[in-house]
Amino acid sequence: MATHEQTSPLDVAVLREEFPVLGRHVGGDVTAPGEGADDDQPLVYLDNAATSQTPRAVVEAMTDYYYSYNANVHRGIHHLSQEASVAYEEAHDRVAEFIGADGREEIVFTKNTTEAENLIAYAWGLEELGPGDKVVMTQMEHHASLVTWQQIAKRTGADVEYIRVTEDGHLDMDHAREAIDENTQMVSFVHISNALGTVNPVEELVDQAHEVGAYAFVDGAQSVPNRSVDVGAMDADFFSFSGHKLCGPTGIGVLYGKAEILEEIQPYLYGGDMIRSVTYEDSTWEELPWKFEAGTPPIAEAVGLTAALDFLDDVGMERIQAHEEALTAYAYDRLTEFDDVTVYGPPGDNRGGLVGFNLEGVHAHDLSSICNDHAVAIRAGDHCTQPLHDTLGAAASARASFYLYNTRDEVDALVEAVDNARQLFA
Amino acid sequence: MYRQQILDHYRNPRNYGELSDATFSHTGENPSCGDEITVDVVLNENEAIERIAFSGDGCAISQAAASMLTSELTGMTLNELQELDRDDVLDLLGVEVTPMRIKCAVLAEKVAQDGAKIYHGELDELEQTTIEG
Repeated sequence: MATHEQTSPLDVAVLREEFPVLGRHVGGDVTAPGEGADDDQPLVYLDNAATSQTPRAVVEAMTDYYYSYNANVHRGIHHLSQEASVAYEEAHDRVAEFIGADGREEIVFTKNTTEAENLIAYAWGLEELGPGDKVVMTQMEHHASLVTWQQIAKRTGADVEYIRVTEDGHLDMDHAREAIDENTQMVSFVHISNALGTVNPVEELVDQAHEVGAYAFVDGAQSVPNRSVDVGAMDADFFSFSGHKLCGPTGIGVLYGKAEILEEIQPYLYGGDMIRSVTYEDSTWEELPWKFEAGTPPIAEAVGLTAALDFLDDVGMERIQAHEEALTAYAYDRLTEFDDVTVYGPPGDNRGGLVGFNLEGVHAHDLSSICNDHAVAIRAGDHCTQPLHDTLGAAASARASFYLYNTRDEVDALVEAVDNARQLFA
Repeated sequence: MYRQQILDHYRNPRNYGELSDATFSHTGENPSCGDEITVDVVLNENEAIERIAFSGDGCAISQAAASMLTSELTGMTLNELQELDRDDVLDLLGVEVTPMRIKCAVLAEKVAQDGAKIYHGELDELEQTTIEG
């Protein structure tokens, strides 16, 4: 993994130049995409936990692929196919380096984080789980793993248990020690909660899983974008994240798995590109990671993902983390100044780069609409964590989430919009 | 979107409550928002709506639309109710509703229409009214 000594603050003004969309004005007709005459307010984009914006370098890398060496991978002998194959395969090496995996054999490209969860749930869970077995998750789980393991458990007769969330938004680690027992085969949990911003104690949970002989699957969708992650150091058996949340393109996600475990698991999708030899009667599989990548893979997206990781490393993950933590703490402080604002999750320091909140007397969707009237883009809803919202006693919450290009002025714009909503509904 | 009229109906909803003598009653929701609305209807002998009430929680758009729509529905026959479409509700609201919020605006209308269909036996009673964005 690349390490960076720089701790100087980010030059956000220069960075923003790399993201053309951040120069947009909005406000007009949303049924006609693109800037129009009524678009008169500068965009404040605070929905980065849903998807991040894309720098020029990523779009240019993908354009270069399409304009210069677009070809299908692996089986082609011709020049373009060889260039595309090398770029596609090396994207696996780049991802391995970025998250501290041993090599490309541990990196499987999927569509997104959700598909990475499903791959293991179907290929391993459906085969190995049965009555008496248990899958342990957390109350703050994203639907990506919650629904997936819940349904695989139903089909196999396995039990599911959720580690409780405390009042202040942390995992109840006493309950974790109880829940992760001898029957547990899989412990699947979010590294950082997309609704609460909680940073979970990954190493401790992975150790507990291993003590009872279970696998640990860490959902890194909200952590890889904004901090250095080392899957080797955390000793996770499986780890997943999405390209589009870290300056990369949509349509590509990553499943990391320890090579010795992936070796033992049967393929999830069958078809072309994942086979070694085929007869009418039977087939054998390609080596890792290709046996899990059936059909034409996301080639342009892999090229874009590589460019995104290069971009992030050039900026420096430590600096990105420091920038996000400072912005998040500032947003937390500003929002908690108001008695009628409830902010969910742990206190301002040691959070992921997001703040979930509600304004008393104003539904989160109305709040989000009013923010939109101020050109402030935030998300409202249950953020794919319906059971957690039931626990919080809120049907929905609003969420502002930050990235390397956001500024304190943008947090101020958010607070002003929230203040306007308060006045409107008073 | 948040004109004074919408906010007024949100703060002081008309026809809010329940009817103990309802001829039929039906509930629906927007699962993605958490909006939930129950509509109670009392019919007269001509199958026209004599009294109507709604209850539930949700955003200002869904609640104001329910308040305005129920005011409009009194006196209407069930056949007339079924002829209403999404534009009728949007006209009632009188503001431009953004595409992602239209499902909030039409929830009460859909609940009333589905309730009437169930009453007529045209829809299974166990059918849930849900509107997905």
